[in-house]
Amino acid sequence: MQQPQIDVAYIAGLAKLELTAEETERFSADLNQVLAYVAQLEQWDTATVAPMYHPLPVFDAVRADVPGTSLSNEAALTNAPAAEDGQFRVPKVVESAH
Amino acid sequence: MLNGSISYWRNQLTTGAITPTELVEEIARSMEERNPAINAYISWDKESALAAAAQADLSRPLGGIPIAVKDNICIQGAPTRCASRMLGNFRSPYDATAITRLRAAGAIPFGRANMDEFAMGSFGKNSAYGPTDNPAAPGHAPGGSSSGSAAAVAGGMAIAALGSDTGGSIRQPASHCGIVGMKPTYGRISRYGLVAFASSLDQIGPLTQNVEDAAVLLNALCGHDEKDSTSSTEPTTDFTAGLGQSIKGTRIGLPKEYLSDGNDPAVTAALQTAIAKLTEQGAEIVEISLPHAEAVVAAYYIIACAEASSNLSRFDGIRYGHRAEGTNGLDNLYSRSRAEGFGPEVKRRIILGTYVLSSGFYDAYYAKAQKVRALVAQDFAAAFEQVDFILGPVAPTPAPALQGADMTPLQIYLADIYTIPANLAGLPGISVPCPQPAGARPVGVQLLGRHFAEADLLRVASALEQALA
Repeated sequence: MQQPQIDVAYIAGLAKLELTAEETERFSADLNQVLAYVAQLEQWDTATVAPMYHPLPVFDAVRADVPGTSLSNEAALTNAPAAEDGQFRVPKVVESAH
Repeated sequence: MLNGSISYWRNQLTTGAITPTELVEEIARSMEERNPAINAYISWDKESALAAAAQADLSRPLGGIPIAVKDNICIQGAPTRCASRMLGNFRSPYDATAITRLRAAGAIPFGRANMDEFAMGSFGKNSAYGPTDNPAAPGHAPGGSSSGSAAAVAGGMAIAALGSDTGGSIRQPASHCGIVGMKPTYGRISRYGLVAFASSLDQIGPLTQNVEDAAVLLNALCGHDEKDSTSSTEPTTDFTAGLGQSIKGTRIGLPKEYLSDGNDPAVTAALQTAIAKLTEQGAEIVEISLPHAEAVVAAYYIIACAEASSNLSRFDGIRYGHRAEGTNGLDNLYSRSRAEGFGPEVKRRIILGTYVLSSGFYDAYYAKAQKVRALVAQDFAAAFEQVDFILGPVAPTPAPALQGADMTPLQIYLADIYTIPANLAGLPGISVPCPQPAGARPVGVQLLGRHFAEADLLRVASALEQALA
């Protein structure tokens, strides 16, 4: 596999993570080294192998549909950085029309 | 300094030699005296522990026994910070199921154990609340990411502790600190209330002074939980029942890939000692092969970081956790809150995980890693046709010095090579300390078993422990 160089600034945007210039440079170097290492996975023939997303064959585990108590509104808000009227307070997300 | 296992202190409590309140006081004293130098605990609440002690029901299996808890397992009303600035003000509004079960068994959760931030690290250095020293080898790393759990037990500040193991984070610090650490089968213990790192790999488990205590804690912790859809419905058993029984005729595999020249001589020697002792006990050591052993680190770091990047997207500064001040719009709030809240290793892994899941790279990295994971699991399935258990090192070296040349992230990741396979395949594993010459750093050896074979694994681990003593 041709080893691509990771574009850390672009990926940080996808991850919604602001990085300093110094972090971007450092993580680029660190992660290009890691990616060069993991490229070795190429050598293993997996043409007929199904991916294993879970260590045990457990599928569609559902509990009984019985109503019970859950976290109260008040308890769910106790760690909110900002709350008002029983709700999380967030910045304005609706842009005005141009 | 506090000595004595769970069974020792249970005996002291039930015979009235000490009261639960006095035991909490004893641990608090030890903590206050020793923690400033070790930094195993990053918070504790003596008053609530004393309140629980006053109500302790000594008729229960863990009645009156305080247990230290890694900072990523939720305790209602207590700080649960994952040793991160991101959760600096977070207090859990509920108990993790593991805590509910400990309380039901009579135990008293006491003290939040330091850790690598969000369980990402191998040496305990990635904590926003400072590194932890190794009580069994001062000046050296205690291992990680359950650094504080291991150091609290090894340093006489806890009788036993809970940790979590995603790629070795219980077994490796146990080895570096000279105690017992066990990762049960994936799904054995509910992950409800364990702050998620990599959900297909994470497992809660005990760090203890001996194998019997690990079995006693499993008795309290294991069992299905409808709040965790991945928790197993496999029946549980009395995990202490087989302790002390013979291991004659047991077949134990030794993977030839694990006998690397890169292992420290002390690690090789510990393995040789364990082989000799197990053979003396009547076990048969069989050389086996795990052909994909060299692929595990690459597969693991792709999978673990991919899952982490998804799991940690919940830390957005809205519902809980750090929110940056003076931001401009929602995107800016997310990006800056995360920038200020997460430490460098967490950021690095989020970037790597986001990359391997991103368009154009998903198949080459993430899907490929999951296929290689299947090959690793097949290696174990084939090995367990031949043998009952697998013996190996825990880590390639004893604990490194806390101060010293910084390793690159890749060098640090590579040291997880012997612990990662159990997580990829979902197998139970246990680290048992191998006695070392005076002044030498601790070294453990690892035993792996088949899925849900914890009771047998503990029997063999106990026989090894006795033979090594």
